[in-house]
Amino acid sequence: MEKLSAQAEEILETLWIATVEEHQAGYPLTDLDAGAEDAALQELIRRAYVETRSGRIYLRKEGRPEAAMTVRRHRLAERLMMDILDIQGEKGNDQACEFEHLLHEGVDRKICTLLNHPATCPHGKPIPPGPCCEEARRQGTAGVVPLTEVRAGQAGEIAYLAISDGQKMQKMMSMGVLPGNRLELIQRFPSYVFKVGNSQFAVDDVLAREIHIRDER
Amino acid sequence: MTSHSSPPKIVLVGNPNVGKSVLFNVLTGSYTTVSNYPGTSVEVASGRCRIGGRAYEVLDTPGMYSLMPITEEERVARKILLTERPDVLLHVVDARNIERMLPMTLQLIEARQPVILVVNILDEAERLGMTFDLPRLAQNLGIPVVGAVMKRRQGLEELQQAITGFTSAPRALEVYANDLEADIRRLAEMLKADYPLGARATAILLMQRDQEVETLVRAEEGEGFPLIAPVLHDIKFNRRADLNLLISLERKRLTRKMLEGAFQQRDADHLMFSERLSRWAMNPFSGVPLLVLVLYFGLYQFVGNFGAGTLVDFLEGVLFENYINPAVVGFFNRITDIYWLRELLVGEYGLWTLGIRYAVALILPIVGTFFLVFSLLEDTGYFPRLAMLVDRLFKQIGLSGRAVIPIVLGFGCDTMATMVTRTLESARERIIATLLLALAIPCSAQLGVILGLLAVYPGALVVWMLVMVAVFLLIGYLSARVLPGENPVFYMEIPPLRLPQARNVLVKTLTRMQSYFLEILPLFLVASVILWAGKMSGILDLVVKGMTPLVRALGLPGEATAAFIFGFFRRDFGAAGLYDLQNRGLLSPVQLTVAAVTLTLFVPCIAQFLMMKKERGLRTSLGIFVFVSVLAFSVGWGLNRLLLLTGVLA
Repeated sequence: MEKLSAQAEEILETLWIATVEEHQAGYPLTDLDAGAEDAALQELIRRAYVETRSGRIYLRKEGRPEAAMTVRRHRLAERLMMDILDIQGEKGNDQACEFEHLLHEGVDRKICTLLNHPATCPHGKPIPPGPCCEEARRQGTAGVVPLTEVRAGQAGEIAYLAISDGQKMQKMMSMGVLPGNRLELIQRFPSYVFKVGNSQFAVDDVLAREIHIRDER
Repeated sequence: MTSHSSPPKIVLVGNPNVGKSVLFNVLTGSYTTVSNYPGTSVEVASGRCRIGGRAYEVLDTPGMYSLMPITEEERVARKILLTERPDVLLHVVDARNIERMLPMTLQLIEARQPVILVVNILDEAERLGMTFDLPRLAQNLGIPVVGAVMKRRQGLEELQQAITGFTSAPRALEVYANDLEADIRRLAEMLKADYPLGARATAILLMQRDQEVETLVRAEEGEGFPLIAPVLHDIKFNRRADLNLLISLERKRLTRKMLEGAFQQRDADHLMFSERLSRWAMNPFSGVPLLVLVLYFGLYQFVGNFGAGTLVDFLEGVLFENYINPAVVGFFNRITDIYWLRELLVGEYGLWTLGIRYAVALILPIVGTFFLVFSLLEDTGYFPRLAMLVDRLFKQIGLSGRAVIPIVLGFGCDTMATMVTRTLESARERIIATLLLALAIPCSAQLGVILGLLAVYPGALVVWMLVMVAVFLLIGYLSARVLPGENPVFYMEIPPLRLPQARNVLVKTLTRMQSYFLEILPLFLVASVILWAGKMSGILDLVVKGMTPLVRALGLPGEATAAFIFGFFRRDFGAAGLYDLQNRGLLSPVQLTVAAVTLTLFVPCIAQFLMMKKERGLRTSLGIFVFVSVLAFSVGWGLNRLLLLTGVLA
């Protein structure tokens, strides 16, 4: 099936928020930016995602999955803009609105995994879970987590290091703490002690927060 | 091998804790000298050996993790590579961690160094279920590889053969990923001068923003550098995000390739005893009691009771008092009857009486026993475990766990410990550590006398200890709040626990004692001359008189003033002065406690002050001096009031 237009996605999003999150019965057509004859609306009606009755527009059962995914992409985009790229406020919102329409064909899944399957957007609204979140839940993996979230005795592959100090990063790397290597956490208190290969290292919680592990649970 | 007029050089490099110094000792036998590398506190050992009738010079280097230096030790190690131009370079690795250490071998090959790889600690690796095919590895790497268990001299003969038969054959280099390789080549081809590490390795270090290498290239290339700079900046910018990571990952990939078919790991899942012991040491519930045991037996029993008690009693009380002193004093009295000269030599503060006798009979046994315990603990690998245990607490006082090493060393000699603070990472940490050492850490000489002094009243000992701990934590906490800057970050490798080698421990202890003695004895002599001059000219009396009201304000007898003045020349002089007062029955338990507390806190000895000035600059050290003096008397005054008010120790 062809990709929905950006305008159609916006309509689906509005409808999802109104019906699913705010429990309204439909949404007044007049409040929609687009008119009744709008191409985007026609597109949705043709796919039987929505229907219009007496001046209101309703989200049909067939349209729900698509609407959920649209909302999900929007909120993932917000997370990415605000948390990772640090673009805040109105600007972040605008960027997210444009960006969300690009998150197709598995890009949303990758971003969701990168962000470790976030449950809410920066405004606190729920992000509808995607297949990747369900998969992660079924396997019980927490995905990529900082060392501070790993229990003693657990092991995992080092996913990435987010160490802000370049020299320390290099030091860790030359000691063998490298993405792709297996790490086993031995102890959490009073310092984090972990094992990579046959060597053990101790770090404080500042550094532990910056070492990210692909959890094997 | 190239012919030199001087003997060919063998240089040892490798990570810390891979058995470099054991190999060094095995190679050189007893012909060893340990000295600080010029301009640093980093120790470098050099020695000589004969292999197959040929003399070699052998250099041990501080531990390094990669050719790109971060710590001062690594900087020194690399400087040695850059300036010494070794004829044979032994890269010592721990077989158990071969995957992690081989990237540095690759770097050394890349830098055209004459490398022989020594895979040490093979026995323990095999016990962990690892098997090696070293000839295969040698073939893969294109360099000689020798397997060894150096602490049992296993593999020594093969190594000696590899050294004598070494030919510096050129080796083909493995290449990095295409685009990275292209950048390296582009830059390397522009480097025209002759670099000790070769153009290729130099180019990579340049790309990694190594300042020292950039300065070197700038100087070597001269007018050619402006041509190189844009290319370099271009590469640096294009690869700003992940160059170091990419290089590390590429080296890891090459390492795997090198190890293919040469190394296998079976799972050996049971924990060995040393590993279980290590976990006990790191678990706070068992680690803290273990620390208390170590302090009690190591510091209190061995250094305090045996060193400061038994040994000092024997040397000072028996040997000097009964045999040496009478002979020396008699000798000098016979050859001269000039009063001032006699006083200078064998008088109350004479060169012999105060200088040599104190240094040899009082300080040496105490410091010696302390250094023995310190070196022993150091070689077991206990200190990194202690560092990780105390890191959380130390963060509260603005230090990282790393600082535990200078602080513990301070209990031996604060002067040495002040010097070692330069291994700490930030200026802020160095200042806090220096201040705490000057204030609340008594050195072993002082500790010995104070413990002996207070042992008569256990209550006094407890009060003294509580006050010291409280001052240490409080002042640390406050200075961490007052001094600008961020808290340090802590990371440390935890080497496996191991049984120390007697010879290594002895060499370390003797080296430390020797440098301590050489550094301190002249200061003793200077101190006794100053005191003698003060006594002869009457200035000493004036100073004592001037300070007496201050001492009386603490509730102490005026006679105690002299102890405080001496305290500056050697902290333990002061404590020993109190000892005399107590023997004459002039001090009550409260007075004794107040005096001991004030004296421990009071200004560092003259040697420590000079070291502070050298390390931290005149302004900072004067600031610390004044602060510590004021605080010592304030705490003493307050404590006296408190003890009198509450009636504790009355």
